[in-house]
Amino acid sequence: MSSNNTGREVILSIKHVDISFDTGHKKKFVAVKDANFDIYKGETFALVGESGSGKTTLGRAILRINPCSAGEIDFEGKRISGKISREEDRNVVRNIQMIFQDPAASLNERATIEYCVSEGLYNFHLYKDEADRIAKVDKALQDVGLLPEHKSRYPHEFSGGQRQRVGIARAMIMDPKFIVADEPISALDVSIRAQVLNLMNKLKAEKNLTYLFIAHDLSVVRFIADRIAVIHLGEIVEIADSETLFKYPLHPYTVSLLSAVPMPDPVVERTRRAIVYDPSKLDQSGEKRVLKEIRPGHFVFATTKEYAGYEEKLAVMEKEEQNN
Amino acid sequence: MEENRKVILSAKDIEVKFRVRDNYLTAIRGVSLDLYEGETFAIVGESGSGKSVFTKTFTGMLESNGTISNGSVMFHGKDLTKLKTDKDWEGIRGAKISTIFQDPMTSLNPIRTIGSQITEVIEKHQGVSKGEAKQQAIEIMERVGIQNAAGRFDEYPFQYSGGMRQRIVIAIALSCHPEILICDEPTTALDVTIQAQIISLIRDLQKELGFTTVYITHDLGVVANVADRVGVMYGGQIIEYGNVEEIFFEPCHPYTWALLSSLPQLGVKGKDLYYITGTPPSLYNKIKGDAFAPRNEHALKVDFVEEPPFFKVSDTHYAKTWLLDPRAPKLDKPEVIQNLHEKIKKMTDKGGSFHVEQ
Repeated sequence: MSSNNTGREVILSIKHVDISFDTGHKKKFVAVKDANFDIYKGETFALVGESGSGKTTLGRAILRINPCSAGEIDFEGKRISGKISREEDRNVVRNIQMIFQDPAASLNERATIEYCVSEGLYNFHLYKDEADRIAKVDKALQDVGLLPEHKSRYPHEFSGGQRQRVGIARAMIMDPKFIVADEPISALDVSIRAQVLNLMNKLKAEKNLTYLFIAHDLSVVRFIADRIAVIHLGEIVEIADSETLFKYPLHPYTVSLLSAVPMPDPVVERTRRAIVYDPSKLDQSGEKRVLKEIRPGHFVFATTKEYAGYEEKLAVMEKEEQNN
Repeated sequence: MEENRKVILSAKDIEVKFRVRDNYLTAIRGVSLDLYEGETFAIVGESGSGKSVFTKTFTGMLESNGTISNGSVMFHGKDLTKLKTDKDWEGIRGAKISTIFQDPMTSLNPIRTIGSQITEVIEKHQGVSKGEAKQQAIEIMERVGIQNAAGRFDEYPFQYSGGMRQRIVIAIALSCHPEILICDEPTTALDVTIQAQIISLIRDLQKELGFTTVYITHDLGVVANVADRVGVMYGGQIIEYGNVEEIFFEPCHPYTWALLSSLPQLGVKGKDLYYITGTPPSLYNKIKGDAFAPRNEHALKVDFVEEPPFFKVSDTHYAKTWLLDPRAPKLDKPEVIQNLHEKIKKMTDKGGSFHVEQ
């Protein structure tokens, strides 16, 4: 098991990963550029960005769906990207599961819930006999708050929130260690979102899971995430623990994201100014930007000149905080 | 409501039924609403609460198995529920009352140029020449924030980003200077940063052109931003309406309480978020009493027996709940939404940006 200098156990390590797609022209489209971060065991790590920022692509690379064109991904200290043995590949599939955005699209509508949930068990022969399989399905359904008698039903007979529970049960039955949750609540109604978030938190505590939570909604992320990485056009621009990011946002893109969230308060909304991100205001010297640790655990993507600016800004914010 | 405000559209006791196989589903169960000129009225509710269906009666766009079985929609002295054919609707739908839908990709034709889709509307409704229409189209494209509008006139929807496409949909909807603009979840498919831009674009255009806006959304943050007045829908009815401050700071219906309480912004880390148990009522059966009663932890006995009437809270604020009856026990709104303003204020900095304080 590997760990870095923070002393916490690292479960997944993304090391200088590039992911590119062929465009049919000579030039490749690079969806993720030099992503480099660790995810600690037992935490919820959120990856936040707008559509097209590469957040889903990176999540899929962890599941070996998208190949990395540079760098590597390690899971529990072993490389899982690129060429690995068949056995290792099966190990990845068992231990890393995904929860998808749209439960209506990710469940086979012609299969019963029993089959949907058992599919992983079938593929990996993870059951002794029929009775054992059924017991496992019942347990998985109960874990997500559904009833054993729901197994004979079809996905369309469920509400959106229940379908997402089935999607979660499907992932949980494999007894994974790591879950990539790709916008798991974006397609759900406000009232149901809360249920699914609570469920994810409960399962995390019970089963000692680690989540990579991919989202675009910062209001949700604040509630669920321990640490947050902000990604913009394939580049991670800031990483910090959740509270720090909200308190001391440094990169102008993070600032603009935070300012764009509408707050449920008409008085605050009347004065809220959405700050538009303007990359032309960044340092144009052409110096290559790198992710630098400005405070322990707080990283920002910057050139030397920008870094100095962020340092100044942070000092002012910290001083203000002390005076308060 | 203030007496001097002019009602531009008045819906009364609207009931909408859909024929589904051999069954009837009552999607809207007696909704009345007066829209005032120049205001922004937001309708909030879960999916299936009937918010889209209700506003579709203003433009005659119900699906073919749906009928307005009761009520009237008065607009400029005409009852819109009496209009049947597309010919009857000419001059109203798209001209006086326009709609912007959620997904710009499905409301634009993918195989026709952006320019032709805008000029088509202008030519049809204003009867101007092709050249004139193109001129107007380019002007309105610039107005909604398309840079190099003349150069992008002949491009196709796929060459535009999601936010740009929604701008085009807005341009088309506004090209005939409508009096009422219905925005049906206009920003749900968009990113937060783009959402902020589209919302402020609609607001600026409203200031400039003076139309009335109906906003349909499930996002209470958006409601707080755009609305003058808010109506909360549940199970095919408006169950509470009032000025935006009244709905957020003095909500009276338990469903409005529940909606506000389940906001992730109010969540405390490490604790469960509040959520509404159960599922919305089936609209196939006749609903007895208050539709929200089975999911309502504050439900009274009478809620299961008799439908509550609207009780007046203030001149502008009404709620359909027995809790407001003088005989009902006094109940405070849930703790999480008390002092909502102070709580949100704490989460934002001076510019209103999301921000966490200790």
